[in-house]
Amino acid sequence: MSEAGPRTLFDKVWASHVVVPATAHTPAVLYVDLHLVHEVTSPQAFALLRERGLRVRRPDRTVATMDHSTPTAPRRPGVPIPIPDAEAAAQVSALEANCRDFGIPLHALGSERQGIVHVIGPELGLTRPGMTIVCGDSHTSTHGAFGALAFGIGTSEVGHVLATQCLLQSRPRTLAVEMDGRLPPGVTAKDLILALIARIGIGGANGHVIEYRGPAIRALSMEERMTVCNMSIEAGARAGMIAPDDTTFEWVCGRPHAPKGAEWEAAVRSWRTLPTDDGAPFDRTVRVDASALEPMITYGTNPGMGIPIRGTVPDPAGNATLQRALAYMGLQPGEQLLGRPVDVVFIGSCTNSRLSDLRQAASVFAGRKVAPGVRVLVVPGSQQVKREAEAEGLDRIFRDAGADWRESGCSLCIAMNGDRLEAGQYAVSTSNRNFEGRQGAGGRTFLASPLTAAAAAVTGRIADAREMLR
Amino acid sequence: MERITRFTSPTVAWPADDVDTDQVIPARFLKGTARSGWGEHLFADRRYDADGRPRPEFPLNRPEAKGARVLVAGRNFGCGSSREHAVWALQGYGFQAVIALSFADIFRGNALKNGLLPVAVEESTHARLLSAPGSAVTVDLEAQKVTLADGMGASFVIDPFARYCLLNGIDELQFLLGQEEAVAAYERRTGPLSGGIPS
Ligand code: SF4
Repeated sequence: MSEAGPRTLFDKVWASHVVVPATAHTPAVLYVDLHLVHEVTSPQAFALLRERGLRVRRPDRTVATMDHSTPTAPRRPGVPIPIPDAEAAAQVSALEANCRDFGIPLHALGSERQGIVHVIGPELGLTRPGMTIVCGDSHTSTHGAFGALAFGIGTSEVGHVLATQCLLQSRPRTLAVEMDGRLPPGVTAKDLILALIARIGIGGANGHVIEYRGPAIRALSMEERMTVCNMSIEAGARAGMIAPDDTTFEWVCGRPHAPKGAEWEAAVRSWRTLPTDDGAPFDRTVRVDASALEPMITYGTNPGMGIPIRGTVPDPAGNATLQRALAYMGLQPGEQLLGRPVDVVFIGSCTNSRLSDLRQAASVFAGRKVAPGVRVLVVPGSQQVKREAEAEGLDRIFRDAGADWRESGCSLCIAMNGDRLEAGQYAVSTSNRNFEGRQGAGGRTFLASPLTAAAAAVTGRIADAREMLR
Repeated sequence: MERITRFTSPTVAWPADDVDTDQVIPARFLKGTARSGWGEHLFADRRYDADGRPRPEFPLNRPEAKGARVLVAGRNFGCGSSREHAVWALQGYGFQAVIALSFADIFRGNALKNGLLPVAVEESTHARLLSAPGSAVTVDLEAQKVTLADGMGASFVIDPFARYCLLNGIDELQFLLGQEEAVAAYERRTGPLSGGIPS
């Protein structure tokens, strides 16, 4: 890639954040515009700062929230929120103390801006085109939907960013995912990304930053774009990006941290220079015809094990990983998932817990009841999503149907906060990971869209939601 | 940081592909706030049954696995969650290196920052390791070479800067702190973000 020739979106964001270029012996020093922090992956990083007597270099570019281990049980206003698990409570108070001591703004449990870190960043206008954004969390890729370079880091790197606002990075390769055509009715952004991962595999984008391109991507709303970028890591990608356009600017405009007035005009002018130049080279390209896609569901124990909702479980044909996956899931090669009974339905997570996801789910729940014996959790991604959903009456639709309407957090996506599957239970989940035990030891996860999840909730079985929308 | 140059150890093999960090350490154990104490939870749901009894068939539970400081894994080891706890659990158990066909990006980075060597080898070397279960290997970071018990050697690729840091006992944070002048100059040049960030 030459600096003078046509450049990709990634090239531009990377180049504008290089503090010290890479040499033959050292990786580049890359500046971080925004560092998001949560309670699970930060305590050891703050401990390192204390050990070495370091400060947080830019608390004004750091924002914290608590989401992973926090309870989502319904609350009574004015009553302190109990955290029954002592270890989780200790983790939450450690984050409070760290933010207090180091001067970091915190959207704490109980505050009106609390929520899943990847939901509140965009919602508060913290996430903006052209930025570099990191967090000790692999789904930081979500923020790439705005044309930011956003990626997950480990706790050592959390410490590096706290202390220096920089990271040592070697330059990843680029992968263009060209999404042609338009998604058919009843086929969602979640299906699109599950189909891509099924095609390229969970290591298929290792070492690469994906740019999602093409008419099917341009037609997506901002929230749908976040769903797509969110799961980039599930293909192994370092990050996923989408070039900013009017859809992006409209969504960001007016949010609490979005620039205002003349600053806004200037920002939009510079953001319009970010999209990939014509003819800019990518290291690899994959093409997908979005118009040929169907609702997707996973059958196995990683997100790459996905099939169309009417498909059949593949034959492992001697593949030990697949054999093990089918044994864990209790499935036979050649069987259809359609019609299979489920125990739990989870609608939530940083993949699918935004207002539009809840609206889609509600469109299936409306006038229907949760099937007997099925437990349904609807967990909004943030307190703001919760308020907006309640203002529209979505909570009543869920409650009337017999679903649990919860407080915001990660909840059953990671099962750290007490919400979890029992061993052997089957769940249809709108989250992003179906790894063994992810939703609780022995629990079995089918990943799908909010539409498919809602259809499972009201029929008690894996179902094709398209039949219910007609 | 302790210096790492070379070491010799018996191996234990769990060559499954796509082992995600939720398998390395399940999320329910991630509530601790310390850096130590993670080894006992390594591969918890694979190593122990629901009642906490060791599963005899799991490679780490076999008597000959005792003392192995090198894990032989499969393809795309450490995919999924960015949790560095996965590295801490492997080290807490006693591993100093993981030899695999390939690694997920975030895991590899986390491992290098803690001095757990992620050694990617080709299929032929991998197959030879698996055909001699438990046999010792020498991992030589300086020479970027693994030597098997049968005397066969194979070179491996490792990020040159990470290698330099590990050989010299330097940590990356120290290096980054040394860039302060360049960082301050960058901040002066780029100015504040329009719109600002917090509160
Ligand atoms: S919702 Fe799930 S995937 Fe997203 S940040 Fe929380 S635990 Fe991670």
